[in-house]
Amino acid sequence: MWPESYEAVTQAAAAITIALGAALPAFSIGWMGSKAMEAIGRNPEASGDILTNMILAIAFAEAIAIYALVVALAIKFVPVAALAH
Amino acid sequence: MDNIMATLRTPKGCLGCLGLVVVLIALFVGGLMLGGIVNENYHMPEISLAAEEIPLPFELPFFGHSVPNTLPATWLTMLLLIAVSFFATRSMKEVPSGLQNAVEAIVEMFYRFIEGVAGAHQAPVFFPLVATFFFFILISNWMGIFPGFGSVGLWAEHHGETVLVPFLRSANAHLSTTVALAIVSVSATQYFGLKLVGRPFLRRYFPFFFKSAPVEKEKPAATGFAAVIGKVAAIMEKGSNAFVGILEFISEFIKIMSFSFRLFGNIFAGEVLLIVVAFLCAFLASLPFMALELFVGLVQALIFSMLSLVFFMMATAHHD
Repeated sequence: MWPESYEAVTQAAAAITIALGAALPAFSIGWMGSKAMEAIGRNPEASGDILTNMILAIAFAEAIAIYALVVALAIKFVPVAALAH
Repeated sequence: MDNIMATLRTPKGCLGCLGLVVVLIALFVGGLMLGGIVNENYHMPEISLAAEEIPLPFELPFFGHSVPNTLPATWLTMLLLIAVSFFATRSMKEVPSGLQNAVEAIVEMFYRFIEGVAGAHQAPVFFPLVATFFFFILISNWMGIFPGFGSVGLWAEHHGETVLVPFLRSANAHLSTTVALAIVSVSATQYFGLKLVGRPFLRRYFPFFFKSAPVEKEKPAATGFAAVIGKVAAIMEKGSNAFVGILEFISEFIKIMSFSFRLFGNIFAGEVLLIVVAFLCAFLASLPFMALELFVGLVQALIFSMLSLVFFMMATAHHD
């Protein structure tokens, strides 16, 4: 079932890493955004505060997606010869 | 409605607009023809996660025979920032004009923003470091999009094959730069906490040692089984507090990793994106992605400085 070549596994691993690793933070950022919109709708005066806190929380969630991206890039672009030793 | 239809039907307006659209489409299709999708002999430039080393003809004391190519980019950023501040404050006038006026406007805008987040009392303490983070990261990100970054270099031997070593690479596309910035930020959190709050700051890492005198009202002395349960609960609470303290300590190091990887990942991924898009389509398609990179550079600078500011504020918040 598993392909013999390291190249194929590398490609598949990089693709799956970034696909899964970006889907869940995307979902969570959308959820945070929608909650922030609701809160602003209920209390338009606090929109500055809400916006600042929302951006903060989105930064944390996006960082997780970036970790996944860095791992995918490392899988893809670190040459095999360098890992062999 | 009739006016619009009349304008559209006018040959001059119609022809010009149509001509522009035709030229753009032709450029895009021509770019696709010249790009990597169609030509098999056109190879994608080497993308390396680690910063490429520029071989030096002489030897430097710390770096040895080569220097990573993000270092000149960092120097350029520093040069730009220092030059602008030098020329803006050279002959300061009460009523500013020219460069001093522009710099004052930018600095004041950022100061107002920080004041809104941190409050007027603490903003002057945090502003210098946070603004330094913001402007350094912003300028180095935006400079990485300049023509010449990543394209002008020399050919060097690397693992047995010749690769292009660019002279300049976006400064934050090297993990060392971002880790250095992250270490400065987290160390500054500890420094501000210790300086502004004093010894009680260490309560977050060692909750059982430095806890202030208990303020609970005197409970009636429990007897028998309730007393034993109470003592067990107290011990477990101390244990879990100690565990929370250790977790807090570890999370400071995780913050370093998080800061650095967020910035590095965004900027390096942006570079890779620009390279790949320029490879796929020679003309025109890079433009929206360049705009995206401008935006991402600004947002990452903002997020780094805002998160640092929030951690400073959390470290110096007076609980009592």
